[in-house]
Amino acid sequence: MKNNDLKGWLYLLPAIIFLGVFLVYPLIDVFIYSFEEGYNFASGTYSGVGGFNFAYVLRDPYFLQALKNTLILVVITVPASTALALLISVGLSSIKALKNLFQTVYFLPYVTNTLAVGLVFMILFKQTPYTNGFVNIVLGFFGVAPIDFIGGPYWAKMLVLCLYTIWVVIPFKIIVLTGAIASVNPIYYNAAKVDGTSRWRVFTKITLPMISPTVFYLIITGFIGAFKAYSDAVALFGTDLNASEMNTIVGYIYDMLYGNSGGYPSFASAAAVILFVIVLTITCINLLVSKKHVHY
Amino acid sequence: MKVTLQNLTKIYPSRSKKESKGVVAVNDFNIEIADGQLVGLLGPSGCGKSTMLNLLSGLQKPTGGKILFDGDDVTNLPPENRGVGLVFQSYALYPHLTVKQNITFPLENRRGKDKLSKDEMNSMALEAAKLVQIESLMDRKPGELSGGQQQRVAIARAIVKKPRILLLDEPLSNLDARLRLQTREEIRRIQRSTGITTVFVTHDQEEAMSISDLIIVMKDGVLQQVGKPQEVYDNPGNLFVAKFLGTPPVNTFDGYVKDGGLYIGEERVLDAAGVEDCDVNVAIRPEGFEINPQSAFTCTVDRVEVMGRDISIVSTHEFSHNPLVRSIIGSENVNDVTEGNVKFDVKKNKTCIFRKDTDERIFF
Repeated sequence: MKNNDLKGWLYLLPAIIFLGVFLVYPLIDVFIYSFEEGYNFASGTYSGVGGFNFAYVLRDPYFLQALKNTLILVVITVPASTALALLISVGLSSIKALKNLFQTVYFLPYVTNTLAVGLVFMILFKQTPYTNGFVNIVLGFFGVAPIDFIGGPYWAKMLVLCLYTIWVVIPFKIIVLTGAIASVNPIYYNAAKVDGTSRWRVFTKITLPMISPTVFYLIITGFIGAFKAYSDAVALFGTDLNASEMNTIVGYIYDMLYGNSGGYPSFASAAAVILFVIVLTITCINLLVSKKHVHY
Repeated sequence: MKVTLQNLTKIYPSRSKKESKGVVAVNDFNIEIADGQLVGLLGPSGCGKSTMLNLLSGLQKPTGGKILFDGDDVTNLPPENRGVGLVFQSYALYPHLTVKQNITFPLENRRGKDKLSKDEMNSMALEAAKLVQIESLMDRKPGELSGGQQQRVAIARAIVKKPRILLLDEPLSNLDARLRLQTREEIRRIQRSTGITTVFVTHDQEEAMSISDLIIVMKDGVLQQVGKPQEVYDNPGNLFVAKFLGTPPVNTFDGYVKDGGLYIGEERVLDAAGVEDCDVNVAIRPEGFEINPQSAFTCTVDRVEVMGRDISIVSTHEFSHNPLVRSIIGSENVNDVTEGNVKFDVKKNKTCIFRKDTDERIFF
């Protein structure tokens, strides 16, 4: 028994070491930094301990802008991408011909590099001296004046960022959802068919409850992923996100650490802790809500 | 409701291109089922019984032939327009819904002028639940019920919409032996009290015989025989039906008819006057033997199994198809059985003979 115990710990050791060094220790460290005022990496010194970092960050207009951007992104993209993925998955599950082709096509964005996708969006949306961008050309047919999506009004930039995010996260959701839908025992559909159940009712009363654990998983990971958004904004608007009003919380943390205004690890840590608290709260709410609507 | 099948055929296309011929699951069925009957569809596994049921329910389309409900052609009607109630072998209860929600599910599907109020649905659900005696379980989830209870819920869900025909796929196969006996009585009772024409599929001949008004025996997609259970048992149309019905199974022997007598080996077993000479398969029911030391038919006793009311003599015979011959005789004869040989009289009405070449029944 004792011997077995030892062996078990031995097997766990690699994971424990890696997680400890690269995850647990930095987590604790960030938490400590967030309360140390004016910490300096080079000298390892700080001027005092207290909540000043949080007070500063919460009053920083750049942070508030980033917070607003992130919340808008989360509120729009998570429901939209999940609903769209659900729609596409149900569609994919009910066709026979060309199913594999479409599955591959829908999965392509997932295996495409974020910056490459950014390039595609540039072609679609960016105005240059030579062209207004593909979307503006199409809109022009309907008599809409050209809009500067990348450097123009806030709502236009936010729209592009949301579209971009949805487009990037949808493939993974589709793959997971088609898998979940395929694993629903077809006998339930036969039973529903004999009883003359409409397609909509089959979807809401049978398919959706049966795949609810998967949908819930996607919503939780979707929320967390959207809160951590950063690279998408960079791909579209470049690295100076504060200037373009398109920063996100993670972007703000990065800027505080290394960006143009860089060198403030204490503020970065405080922002990181705030992000952690938000994500934790949202996830807890999700878990509570799911108890009622998820059928295992 | 009267059900008529005309030349009903279902062929599954073959998967490989080399085999161009598909699998014939149902081959040219012609049956008429009278209104209000409980019909047992019987056959070994893989004989096309479930396909038959799916064709009746409309979940599958036949390759050829027609299905008539009360004279109306329903062959191309989708399941929801046929008025069928189907109980699946694995019940297919929706696991996330309560028993009550499961039972009302078919009712909630109704739209337009057939739309029901909540009260109507509740009272119909309660009525169905009472019929199968699960009214106390209405708020449970299927996962919290035993197999037998789930079965009842499935039946309630199938009959709540007052179907014209009730179809049950292997209704007893997931239950333990005790529950099986009880449930089959239950099915009989429910069928009697609702009067719904009911077809149930089974591979267990005892099950089919015990409760059916009519049994349909099929094999490899081909209809073997239709009739009342006792009729089919007493007068099997071919060797397969004779073998398939009855527990313990019928004893079969190689035999021949010569000079107006039925022979098994050298032993003249029965008179067969007027039958032309030919090789035959002889099927003798276990209860078709009687001990008679003066008789010609001789078996070698292997052992005697005592069952109380009667005894079963397990013996061997050179020309038996099976290694053992089983005969059931009254237990008062237990002392007549000794080690070595035992001689039997064979009852003519418990014996069937079939031509070896055509499998045709010979009446004698």
